[in-house]
Amino acid sequence: MVIGNSDVILSVKDLTANVDETPILKGINLEIKAGEIHAIMGPNGSGKSTLSKVLAGHPAYEVTGGEVSYLGQNLLDMEPEDRARSGVFLAFQYPLEIPGVSNLDFLRVAYNSKRKHEGLEELDAFDFDDLVQEKLGIVKMDAAFLNRSVNEGFSGGEKKRNEILQMAILEPKLGILDETDSGLDIDALRIVANGVNQLAHSNNAMLVITHYQRLLEYIIPDYVHVMANGRIIRTGGKELALELEERGYDWLLEAEAVV
Amino acid sequence: MSIPSTSVSVTSSAAQTRAAYLSHLLALAQRSETTLPWLRELRDHAAVRVQEQTFPSTRDEEWRFTDLSDLLAVELAEVGGAEVQAAKLAELAKFYLPEADQSRLVFVNGIYAPQLSSLHHLPEGLTIGNLVNLPEAAQQHLQTYLAKQTGAEEVFTALNTSGLSDAAVVQVRKNLVVETPIHLLFVSTSSPALIQPRALVIAEPNSALTIIEDHVTLNEGVYFTNSVTEIWLGDNAQANHTRVQRDNLAAFHIGKTAVSQARTSRYTCTVVNLGAKLARHHLGIHQTGEQTETTLNGLTVLHGEQVGDTHSTIALTKPYGTTRQIQKNIVDDRAHAVFNGKVFVPKEAQLTDAGQLNRNLLLSSKARVDTKPQLEIVADNVKCTHGATVGQLETDEVFYLQSRGIDADSARKLLVHAFAYEVIESIPLASLRQHIQL
Ligand SMILES: Nc1ncnc2c1ncn2[C@@H]1O[C@H](COP(=O)(O)OP(=O)(O)O)[C@@H](O)[C@H]1O
Ligand SMILES: [Mg+2]
Repeated sequence: MVIGNSDVILSVKDLTANVDETPILKGINLEIKAGEIHAIMGPNGSGKSTLSKVLAGHPAYEVTGGEVSYLGQNLLDMEPEDRARSGVFLAFQYPLEIPGVSNLDFLRVAYNSKRKHEGLEELDAFDFDDLVQEKLGIVKMDAAFLNRSVNEGFSGGEKKRNEILQMAILEPKLGILDETDSGLDIDALRIVANGVNQLAHSNNAMLVITHYQRLLEYIIPDYVHVMANGRIIRTGGKELALELEERGYDWLLEAEAVV
Repeated sequence: MSIPSTSVSVTSSAAQTRAAYLSHLLALAQRSETTLPWLRELRDHAAVRVQEQTFPSTRDEEWRFTDLSDLLAVELAEVGGAEVQAAKLAELAKFYLPEADQSRLVFVNGIYAPQLSSLHHLPEGLTIGNLVNLPEAAQQHLQTYLAKQTGAEEVFTALNTSGLSDAAVVQVRKNLVVETPIHLLFVSTSSPALIQPRALVIAEPNSALTIIEDHVTLNEGVYFTNSVTEIWLGDNAQANHTRVQRDNLAAFHIGKTAVSQARTSRYTCTVVNLGAKLARHHLGIHQTGEQTETTLNGLTVLHGEQVGDTHSTIALTKPYGTTRQIQKNIVDDRAHAVFNGKVFVPKEAQLTDAGQLNRNLLLSSKARVDTKPQLEIVADNVKCTHGATVGQLETDEVFYLQSRGIDADSARKLLVHAFAYEVIESIPLASLRQHIQL
């Protein structure tokens, strides 16, 4: 929801970034305030995942210009783990499998590093177990997944749900969801969207990257941005998503070319 | 100006150094005493085998990547006895395993230490103790097994036998399942010393046991452990064997595990190599009967300038045998891991199934690994797979963990741990798994 004078959570100005010397982001401008849900849509290869990884601090992406301010801090100066502890969360388009690390241990270590950062006492295994049990309901996940290695042998949909479970436990200020809906059947999509809706509130913000308008029927965005060739070329309300669904991207790309 | 010397004279003088060193080792080995005539005969026979051979150099195919030159510079002495200083007893007790608190044999510098051992409430039908204190009838029986494994003539195995004055003995009677794990704890306290632990394990038909063989140290000086363990599995017997090597970083460790498996027997071995400046372990498996199963899990973790060499030889000689082998190496700094895994499948060994996998994780650009699977398959109706991978920690994996608030260092540790997990998990004792924190 758009709230009159709420705090700015993320402010991106003229952000440019390279991968292997190739410019991918070519001047991104974006402002996200508390309580808002933003969607980014755009053709494959337009740089959506790159933007999400730059915001999360992936070392393979070199920021070549611009500024990113997160809750008033220079986000680009922070290590990835410090961004996470301060409330930035990226749900990966392709979550990694980590054989040998149990999902439960992973969640606990992650949760406790955030607690420590906030000056709070770490939760022991028992108390953490209670917390996890409660959060499992948000994504309707079976407790059996907790004792398996992180994402190992999970189906595509299970991996995505596991990402949202992590988000539910870490309670981010800024949740970035990179194509969390891709590859989900309609039931799983509803569960995931429902989970996200439960986690979004007036003090945090969500940036939802998606390919399909379908997700936005369940997670209603306040703003829809269209990204192409490393830039945001159009911003509108949720009706823009519908228009894109009907007309595709070409008309926008052509309009862009004329300008 | 340097004086040119011919390569021939250089070679021969290096060869002379090695020959002199082998004689030095043999003389040291033979200083240990024995009063048993049959044992004296066995030792003399082995001494001749040693004399017939040369001390290995990197020109020997089997030692190509493992250079023993540094050992040649070490002047070794006799072991100082089996004493453990009172001040060190608490440190030693840390190696005790609660699950095996009443089934522990301790050897200090290769010498039996009854005051540190603990044998209580063990089932009748389990013979456990040191060779020379066993009743004569038992000794008689053991003669048919001791130093009778394939490969007994290899130079370091024969060197161990040439100085054999005692051994850890575990024998499980037919049909007996020993539930309590048995802990063979070999401790070094003496330096500079040649330490030659020896163990003999016999599982009679239909019996089962769990053995933990642990090589530890209370000593920071240089020593050379040359250890031999022989394991005999009768028909349908089952053994779960864990071998841990955590010698100090000045030490040299050469270990041999020789296993003979009769029909339908099952042998599982988990080897964890952590210590020593240079360590070599040779695991020799001989399947002598049909439908035998062998499972080998290996983990070597190396730092600094350590060298860790794992050689394995698996001979499947009869139909329906299976082997599963995984060897994982984690190599940091300038350390060097070596893996050579031989599998022989002769014509008689039809319908066998042999799988071997070697995975290496290199944590530094100077770390090195040499891996060589060596499958010699003559039988035509068999399933054999092997593979070797060498990798580094993936940036994406580290980043995934960082993006959840875990710092880069902890993320790397977690991933290294995860890599080792598969092997550590196969250690049957929780307390020992906990000890092996990387
Ligand atoms: N790690 C990388 N290495 C090389 N090229 C990359 C990498 N990440 C992204 N790219 C390239 O950057 C462009 C944008 O990719 P991406 O951000 O994944 O787009 P989107 O998520 O919008 O489909 C593509 O051309 C892609 O090939
Ligand atoms: Mg993408």
